[in-house]
Amino acid sequence: MEKRYTDAEISRVATKIRKHILRLAMERGGCYLSQACSSADIIASLYLKILNLGPSLGSMDAQPFPGVPSPKNMDYPKGSLYHGAPAKDKDRFFVSPAHYASVIYCALAECGRISREAIDKFNVDGWNMEMIGAEHSPGFECTAGSLGQTISIAAGTAHARKLQGDTGKVYVLLSDGEIEEGQVWEAFQAAAFYKLDNLVVYVDINGLQVEGYTKDVMNTEPLAERFEAFGAKAVPVDGHDVAALVKASKTAHAGKPLVVLCYTDSAHDVPLLEKRKPFLHFARIDADEMEQFKELYEQM
Amino acid sequence: MIIETNTHSKCLIKWAEKHKEAVVLSADLGSSCEIKEFLQVYPDRYFSMGIAEQNMVSWAAGLCREGYRPYLHTFGVFLYRRVLDQLEMSVTYPNLPVTFVGFLPGIMTPGGVSHQSTNDVAVLRNIPNMTIFDMGDATEIESILQVAHDVNGPVFIRMLRKDVPRLFPADKPLIFNKARTLSSGTDITIISSSICTEEAMRAVGVLKQKGLSIQHMHVSTLKPFTDPSIPRAIAKSKYGVITMENHVTIGGLGSAVADVIAEKGLGKKLIKIGIQDTYCHGASKMYLLKKYGLDAMTLIAAVEKLTGQKLGIKERDLAEIRFEDYTAV
Repeated sequence: MEKRYTDAEISRVATKIRKHILRLAMERGGCYLSQACSSADIIASLYLKILNLGPSLGSMDAQPFPGVPSPKNMDYPKGSLYHGAPAKDKDRFFVSPAHYASVIYCALAECGRISREAIDKFNVDGWNMEMIGAEHSPGFECTAGSLGQTISIAAGTAHARKLQGDTGKVYVLLSDGEIEEGQVWEAFQAAAFYKLDNLVVYVDINGLQVEGYTKDVMNTEPLAERFEAFGAKAVPVDGHDVAALVKASKTAHAGKPLVVLCYTDSAHDVPLLEKRKPFLHFARIDADEMEQFKELYEQM
Repeated sequence: MIIETNTHSKCLIKWAEKHKEAVVLSADLGSSCEIKEFLQVYPDRYFSMGIAEQNMVSWAAGLCREGYRPYLHTFGVFLYRRVLDQLEMSVTYPNLPVTFVGFLPGIMTPGGVSHQSTNDVAVLRNIPNMTIFDMGDATEIESILQVAHDVNGPVFIRMLRKDVPRLFPADKPLIFNKARTLSSGTDITIISSSICTEEAMRAVGVLKQKGLSIQHMHVSTLKPFTDPSIPRAIAKSKYGVITMENHVTIGGLGSAVADVIAEKGLGKKLIKIGIQDTYCHGASKMYLLKKYGLDAMTLIAAVEKLTGQKLGIKERDLAEIRFEDYTAV
């Protein structure tokens, strides 16, 4: 479990994550593939090098859907089990863009926290590995599908942990489109106000959203200046450079939250997607492209 | 009639002494929700979240996940209308024990439409895992923190502020999902909530003098709504049922009672007194009670309609209306 990964090994894991999702996209007619292209290095770096998590307590196998939370169903297996037992010195990891669920499941598989066979249950009726999951889905601490809320939940958690004197940090994966939500800025305003220096946010800035390039749908730049203006420490990095991603986590941010702005490419490792930009929210692979994608898959 | 002042504030301070996990979140209106003193007594447990309710609701979910019990304080209207998605996805879906203390229910503010929480019960009643309470008097306010705590899930309280009458004995606390029977009878069942109970009480005495046998019940748990004493009372009422609520008549207490009548096959007529499918405007409580027909005389008219009798009751025959001065927005 405590294996030290080299940067090259982490990059290789990221490619394997993309390879799993490319397979799903080919087998199922489509998947959130471009999100894997953009975020896999970030997520692999987090799981394998940046986060301080205990051993997974989650089942290695996919599980039948355990039911929604209710007064009679509060002890169902939570997605957070895959991040290990909560402890004062351990980190927590919140995933905000729930559309990245497949990337999280495949990352858990490549990190040995769930079996590779479990991926076969992705988006299969009646199982807990939904396309857009909730807090029963492996790797999910909260129900994140409605964008812009997880950052507040994570900040509330960081606030509580600061009050309780925990030394572990609260990490969040945020996507760039959801930064358009006003709640994200309310959250940073409050996180700076409460000096949450135990809150670290990695933003996947792939510059795309459903209806096109983010700069054309609703511009959010300049992000570094905006986050700094809201009282956070902002560090822009190449989101495919593992060494830079890891180094950014060590940035001093006394008395304020840290935001790592990861600039990424939605076609990384899958150059066949390049010509589809900016419409890459959900990548379908049609029959006439199948051979090309298969060829690429074999090379990955 | 005894009037109690700032009951919730006193109760919350007392509660926090025993419950170290209790924290207050305020969206810049804690002081208008009578808990200014809490900030003085427990400055470290009063989290100012600014005028940013959506973040406050999700933030509370994060605190809750770490074992805190957040009590959100602002006007009720901002705790459901503005934050519905946050309320559902951050709090009620995971069934977290966050307490929404929503002040100024219904017409209880001169602040007008933006400040009046007039369809909150309708919006919140269909939300899974949600429990809804509507405060009727000081005794209920004194009981509610314990009752809400025991629910151990998301709770919305329609809270009354400042000067609140004590209508029910101090030693008879609110019981979860249990209506209070204020008068027993078999001609008509009146089921009221919130400030409408005081109005109904003004009328019941006179109705009895006119020879009518009145069953009057006060409801403070609006969800769940499964108290068997309600259908029992309705079943024996000769002329039918009148509900009276400080809320629109679609989706609130009246609709809950209609469901009971239909589901139990009771086959009784129902008149729903409340705000009739309209927004309201800003004015005093007494003016709004009359303008929107939430007052005792509206109840008398409904009784006349159900019984087919003219009762000849005038406003001056009723117990005097209690003057309530509120100018604060």
